[in-house]
Amino acid sequence: MAFDKMELRDIEVWDGNFAAAQAMRQSQIDVVAAYPITPSTPIVEGYAQFLADGYIEGEFVMVESEHAAMSGCIGAAAAGGRVATATSSQGLALMSETLYQASGMRLPIVLNLVNRALASPLNVNGDHSDMYMVRDSGWIQFDAFCPQEAYDLNLIAFRVAEDHDVRLPAIVNQDGFMTSHTAQGVHTLTDDVAYGFVGEFKPMNDMLDFEHPVTHGVQTEEDWHFEHKARQHNDLMTKVMPKIKEVFADFEKLTGRKYSPVEKYDMDDADVCVVCLGTSVETAREVAKEMRTQGIKAGVIGLRVIRPFPFFEIAEALKNVKAIAALDRSSPNGAAGMLFNEIAGSLYNTQNRALLSGYIYGLGGRDLTKAHLVSLFKELQANVDAGKVTTQLQQFIGVRGPKLAYL
Amino acid sequence: MSEMKNIKNLKEFSTSADRFEGANLLCPGCAHSIIVREVLNATNDDLVLSASTGCLEVCTAVYPYTSWDASWIHIGFENSSTAVAGAETMYKALKKKGRLKQPERNPKFVSFAGDGASYDIGFQWISGCMERGHNMMHVVLDNEVYANTGGQRSSSTPIGSSATTSPAGRVSYGEKRNKKDMMSIMAAHGIPYAAQVAPNKWKDMVKKIQHGLSVEGPVFINAVSPCTTEWKFDPKDTMHITDLATDSLVFPLYEIIDGTELNITYRPKNVVPVEEYLAAQGRFKHLFKDEYKYLIKEWQERVDAKWAYLQRREESRV
Ligand SMILES: Cc1ncc(C[n+]2csc(CCOP(=O)(O)OP(=O)(O)O)c2C)c(N)n1
Ligand code: SF4
Repeated sequence: MAFDKMELRDIEVWDGNFAAAQAMRQSQIDVVAAYPITPSTPIVEGYAQFLADGYIEGEFVMVESEHAAMSGCIGAAAAGGRVATATSSQGLALMSETLYQASGMRLPIVLNLVNRALASPLNVNGDHSDMYMVRDSGWIQFDAFCPQEAYDLNLIAFRVAEDHDVRLPAIVNQDGFMTSHTAQGVHTLTDDVAYGFVGEFKPMNDMLDFEHPVTHGVQTEEDWHFEHKARQHNDLMTKVMPKIKEVFADFEKLTGRKYSPVEKYDMDDADVCVVCLGTSVETAREVAKEMRTQGIKAGVIGLRVIRPFPFFEIAEALKNVKAIAALDRSSPNGAAGMLFNEIAGSLYNTQNRALLSGYIYGLGGRDLTKAHLVSLFKELQANVDAGKVTTQLQQFIGVRGPKLAYL
Repeated sequence: MSEMKNIKNLKEFSTSADRFEGANLLCPGCAHSIIVREVLNATNDDLVLSASTGCLEVCTAVYPYTSWDASWIHIGFENSSTAVAGAETMYKALKKKGRLKQPERNPKFVSFAGDGASYDIGFQWISGCMERGHNMMHVVLDNEVYANTGGQRSSSTPIGSSATTSPAGRVSYGEKRNKKDMMSIMAAHGIPYAAQVAPNKWKDMVKKIQHGLSVEGPVFINAVSPCTTEWKFDPKDTMHITDLATDSLVFPLYEIIDGTELNITYRPKNVVPVEEYLAAQGRFKHLFKDEYKYLIKEWQERVDAKWAYLQRREESRV
């Protein structure tokens, strides 16, 4: 059975979920095993419709749970072909055991993670608690700030993950509802160009090569476990970032759309800046522009790649700033936020001792408004003027009732 | 379809293929290795295999060694069935797309798992695979206990057995519940083939494995696997214990075709009393105290009733 190509306009109005589904279709995935959950469900629904309409030749299996979805993806990937799935929140939590197994077996699966809060309390809206929960699972993690990027990063993710030097699975994050359900103009590639970029899947140690039987998923214990994990960690830290930059550069040549592990906005002469992820990056850029008219030299850093963490790129981008706000959309539950810690770590061995404060915002889908960011930038400027952090180190933005702060 | 392997005698059978090496870390006398060899030796087909976490897995793939000379994968405790289902799905996809490296090969997909990994934690995954109709076989190495973690009860542990989480003690005779009837549950999925097998009845096993590998769709095989360590018997007695299991009808050998048609495949000439089966194993030792003798009687009644039921099912062809 052959499959049909789809005619697309140069710019289509797609939400982030549909953009991801289209990129999955164009990548001609061999096996998708999936399970529905809000807000990622439309990805698999879109994919199923493409299949029903004859646009897909690969296999699509609706399994009985997210754990099984990733289990099936692992078996399929080990058999030697292109594999992807999608999930959110509780689905990711149920899947989490298998995430470590996929990365430990060095299987290049792509997972669309539409970010959503983790229960309890139950909440279908977006925050980054799911993304943070699996940040140490050995997966590469990209972050899309809008539907266009959800589309582009899916194509890029296959290229990076499937590279034979990398062979690690990759997550493409996007904000639940804010990106996944918000339609915007998306510049498209034709099916041929998109597939030409992603390229044909090249198997390695595949179980369907019967001339060369392989054993996947061995037992190691103390004898070899450390070596396996150290190698995996080393490869993530040394091989992945150069490969990502190379693929980003190829993508720019093809489309003119330029990506960087650390997306800098007005950082050349910034005194103060916020570092954040997801949809809040665009809001922060708008506000930073306004702050400049008020004499505050504001900049924004959006993290395009969370794992491996771009330590050196972050340190470089922050080398001249005087005050930094790390914005985390997840409760660190008894610690400083993930970004606060990672940024502090990135700067520690540099000369720059910028003032660093941590802000927790937007849990469970709560809005981050321009007004919040205006007062935040002003707070950073006050810190610069005072030469010290003038408020609590860790604050919660927009919580009702008595103001909460720790540290 | 590939040709059925012709097997003449046990000696030839036991040495006819070497896709599961003799070198492994299973206990001496462990039936797991015998069953795996019998399953693999029943066919010449290319195989894609998986194992769940459990004795079989931890004893056969310890880096940098492997006992498997066939494609093999282990993911976790619960999902060996879905791992093979995923590989089978990839095979279908690549076949359709004309991208198989060896398109002339016609591989079979087989998952192995313990009773814990099948009756309990992996139940949902197996049910999903059966319901979705993957072309695969799931084989349970049914030793009626979580052996790898030290003998805890599973839902396959029979009543009266002393397991480490349902031990016999001053006021307890051990496990209180009856063994789960997996054959009925699996057959109820309407799968083309489900069968109980035992390593001592190797011809019966070969027939069933060959039939299972020849049908289209999911197949469920439940293999009784005496465990020297947890059942507490001498390693040299594995086959003797298996004989007692099949000949006492505690572990009847039968098959269910298309979810309905039931055939009994082994009728012992001399049925052994259940008491003999129980007496041969340390895990039932306490049942022979006076106060628990009634349980042995009940055991016999249950086994008789089940045998009568299987015969009725076979005769009525429903
Ligand atoms: C999710 C999860 N829970 C628990 C375990 C611990 N565990 C590993 S093997 C095992 C018992 C295996 O028993 P069974 O499936 O009956 O196989 P056997 O070892 O008896 O052959 C358990 C409980 C695990 N590996 N993963
Ligand atoms: S404990 Fe039992 S099942 Fe496990 S290897 Fe030993 S005999 Fe085999």
